[in-house]
Amino acid sequence: MLKKVMPWVDERLPVTDSWNRHLGKYYAPKNFNFWYFFGSLALLVLVNQLITGVWLTMNYNPTEGLGAFASVETNIMRDVKYGWLIRYLHSTGASAFFAVIYMHMFRGLLYGSYRKPRELVWLVGMFIFVCLMAEAFFGYLLPWGQMSYWGAQVIISLFSTIPYFGEDLAQLIRGDYVISGITLNRFFALHVIAIPIVLLGLVVLHILALHEVGSNNPDGVEIKQRKNEKGIPLDGIPFHPYYTVKDIVGVIVFLILFLGIVFFNPEFGGLFLEAPNFEPNNPLKTPEHIAPVWYFTPFYSMLRAVTAPLFGIDANFWGFMVMVAAIVVLFLLPWLDRSPVKSIRYKGFLSKLFLALFVVSFAVLGVLGLPPNKLTAWMNLDTRTLVTQISTVIYFSFFILMPFYTRMEKTKPIPDRVTYK
Amino acid sequence: MKWMLTIVFILSAQVFAIGGDVELDHAAVDLHDKASLQRGAQLFINYCMGCHSAQFQRYERTANDIGIPNHVFEDNLLFGDAKIGELMKIAMSIEDGKKWFGAPPPDLTLTARLRGPDWLYTYLRSFYVDESRPWGVNNTVFKNVGMPHALMELQGEQRLVCKHAETADDLHCDSFEVTENTGKLTNEQYDMAILDLVNFLTYLGEPSRLESNRIGVYVILFLIIMLVFAYLLKREYWKDVH
Repeated sequence: MLKKVMPWVDERLPVTDSWNRHLGKYYAPKNFNFWYFFGSLALLVLVNQLITGVWLTMNYNPTEGLGAFASVETNIMRDVKYGWLIRYLHSTGASAFFAVIYMHMFRGLLYGSYRKPRELVWLVGMFIFVCLMAEAFFGYLLPWGQMSYWGAQVIISLFSTIPYFGEDLAQLIRGDYVISGITLNRFFALHVIAIPIVLLGLVVLHILALHEVGSNNPDGVEIKQRKNEKGIPLDGIPFHPYYTVKDIVGVIVFLILFLGIVFFNPEFGGLFLEAPNFEPNNPLKTPEHIAPVWYFTPFYSMLRAVTAPLFGIDANFWGFMVMVAAIVVLFLLPWLDRSPVKSIRYKGFLSKLFLALFVVSFAVLGVLGLPPNKLTAWMNLDTRTLVTQISTVIYFSFFILMPFYTRMEKTKPIPDRVTYK
Repeated sequence: MKWMLTIVFILSAQVFAIGGDVELDHAAVDLHDKASLQRGAQLFINYCMGCHSAQFQRYERTANDIGIPNHVFEDNLLFGDAKIGELMKIAMSIEDGKKWFGAPPPDLTLTARLRGPDWLYTYLRSFYVDESRPWGVNNTVFKNVGMPHALMELQGEQRLVCKHAETADDLHCDSFEVTENTGKLTNEQYDMAILDLVNFLTYLGEPSRLESNRIGVYVILFLIIMLVFAYLLKREYWKDVH
């Protein structure tokens, strides 16, 4: 049956051809390690967000007053059968998305996956990251709780710190003088239609660009340089079935962790669902601590690291600029790294040191951006600000000094073929 | 590297748990204890729902989940012309609440998720007589609280006991004393009643918790079995690579 149908379809639509190009005859290096699970996991979480998002939309009602909040707590969490499960899959999925993406990006840093010829893979990936941040920000307003409201208030007010047109810009984003039902409705539209469409398009481009140049690997060796007589890379194996069966193992391990949180601890100690958001929003009552969800806290810390005004412009504006720069600088990575080798395995001591410092500074910034907790309880405000400032400097020095330390250091020779470690 | 990540993953939820500044007593809530939930519901509806709503939950859901037959619930816990399928709203308007208490009494559907069971358990046992306050009571957990001690007829008049520290002049007020024969319950009985109430509020905050725990076990077990087969399949395929 399939043998008769497929030629008919293939003459009209390149199904078999596409399958082979992207799975059946896509040759991936055979030495992928732990860090290479996160690409397919990101796709899995994306699909989870899309499907659960569609079902949430069926019962969600973006109305001001108690409307939106009640549609989440009464309809979705209480009235709809398994509505709570759909909601927790979506809320935990948001955090899982960032966790997976941060690991995926760190893999790129480790093995130089952003280097020539994969600059566009990296750039498209960075646009996906920015889209994801926007998607998370818009989505966070929708439960219409205290943290939804005040979190959006803080972020939107950042735009109003821009001189000359900031206030107008903030008003344009809100669609009102204050955050209101109008803001809620437009954020809903952006969250469920506009951003997901862009996100999906970018994901397609990310994969197309990757499959054009081929995957990098932990050794940073270009497997296309050594092919057999059939033109197949000697160190390559077809993605399907080898990496599909391997990724299934990764998916199941991931699901055990992910669904463990969904079913047993969806709040995750206040990290994934913040307690103040269980209270309907009240524009007259500011919560004691306004803190973004954990995945934004490193950037939020950098915003707060700037405490002095400059050129007569408020410190908040410069903090905002530092925060924006922290993301923009990631785009430049392919041109900042001047090392003759791609992978950290063959780079010198300085690269390893700076990468380690970068990871530590990012984690410290993340913890300091959370509401006061056991890890930061010993610090007073001045200490916190100082540690934040030092970490911010370290974060940026990883990038700004990269053209120098990657050229100065002595690298190890790269092997001809991939290795297993 | 992998095991380090796992440890970070497991610890992070605990380490970042955000705490307040008052030392709280632990509330040993047990959502399986239907009798306790029923007693808690009774207290909640009789004592709290005069002023506080639970407007995101329906009576019927409550009755079914905590095991009270609908007709028994209708006869004993439904007041006025409320129907069992309705949301647990109250008659008092927000405007009246503002007028009478300064701020409208908050809805309590999600209060256990907002404050945590330990906070509620401690708070409800920390009212004390303070004539300077409009309702004659104050609270050590919630300073200058705007609500009266609705459960005083059960607990009785509780007073804050203050002692002078040996060296300094400042007062240490860290224990309570209940005036004898002012309440219907003994101290132990009152603590038990509050635990029932907090247990019910915890249920009310997330009525799906028990169902979630039950399904979750099967889901995780299924995945572990799947993992074994998936790993064997992977190993079989990868024999020709290595």
